Amino acid sequence: MMLVGNISLFHFLVLGTLLFTIGACGLFINRKSVITILMSIELMLLAVNLNFVSFSIHLKDLGGQIFTIAILTVAAAEAAIGLAILVVYYRNSKTIDISEINKLKG
Amino acid sequence: MTELIFYLFGALLTLSGAMVITLRNPVHSVLFLIFAFFNAAALFIMIGAEFIAMILVIVYVGAVAVLFLFVVMMLNINIAELKQGFLRYLPIGLGLALLIFVEILIAMNNSMEGMSEIPTANNSVHITNTTAIGHVLYTDYFYVFQASGVLLLIAMIGAIVLTLTHGKDARRQSIYKQVMRDPKETIELVKVNSGSGVKV
Repeated sequence: MMLVGNISLFHFLVLGTLLFTIGACGLFINRKSVITILMSIELMLLAVNLNFVSFSIHLKDLGGQIFTIAILTVAAAEAAIGLAILVVYYRNSKTIDISEINKLKG
Repeated sequence: MTELIFYLFGALLTLSGAMVITLRNPVHSVLFLIFAFFNAAALFIMIGAEFIAMILVIVYVGAVAVLFLFVVMMLNINIAELKQGFLRYLPIGLGLALLIFVEILIAMNNSMEGMSEIPTANNSVHITNTTAIGHVLYTDYFYVFQASGVLLLIAMIGAIVLTLTHGKDARRQSIYKQVMRDPKETIELVKVNSGSGVKV
């Protein structure tokens, strides 16, 4: 059940979990900057990709790698739209502080 | 040797991930994000997924991270203000992160027990990773490929629509006016004698 050398699937899953946790932690502790939160989401997506690819190699099924390509596409689209919204918001209100983003609050 | 490489890249990946979320300056965060992607690409190459590794470097480092960098530099952000409340949320963030980590590990351990060993398919013909992906991407997963294209188109249109602004005195093309112009008042046919030229 070794993927390569003495490194098993479990090693990669733990690494992916660690990275995912770091990303989630980044969501919690950065309550001010939208950019850092978007980067945390990218980190979590990278962790998911790591899991998909290691399972794809483990199961000898290319579906996981195709799924990774799809995730990459979605991540790129999400980053583009998110940053566009961020730029528009900054242009209108001159701040990207999350605690001040409450215009929809009524 | 492979263990050493795995632990090296894994440690660098985790470290740079931690740097991304803790550094004050967003530009440094983006640079560490790029470093993290490179490390992940190295791990992908190590287990034999070269195509995904190269796509990761090209798409993430070449497009997404540079987009982040541009936006960070475009917005005039006060760095000191950004990290206020960092210490306030640190304990709860670390606690929740630990909780998630333990949860996933427990779930993983339980699911690993029931996972049977996959009989290794005896591939007599060795083809590269990219070739193998090419064989399935345009056949079995054709609709995924098409949907990705449509998604990227929609994202592109969305980003343009969101950020495009027309200034008040921007000079724009009026196609109606252009088409409705009368040729008689625009074009004049002149008989030109040789050597005399045209009076403008």
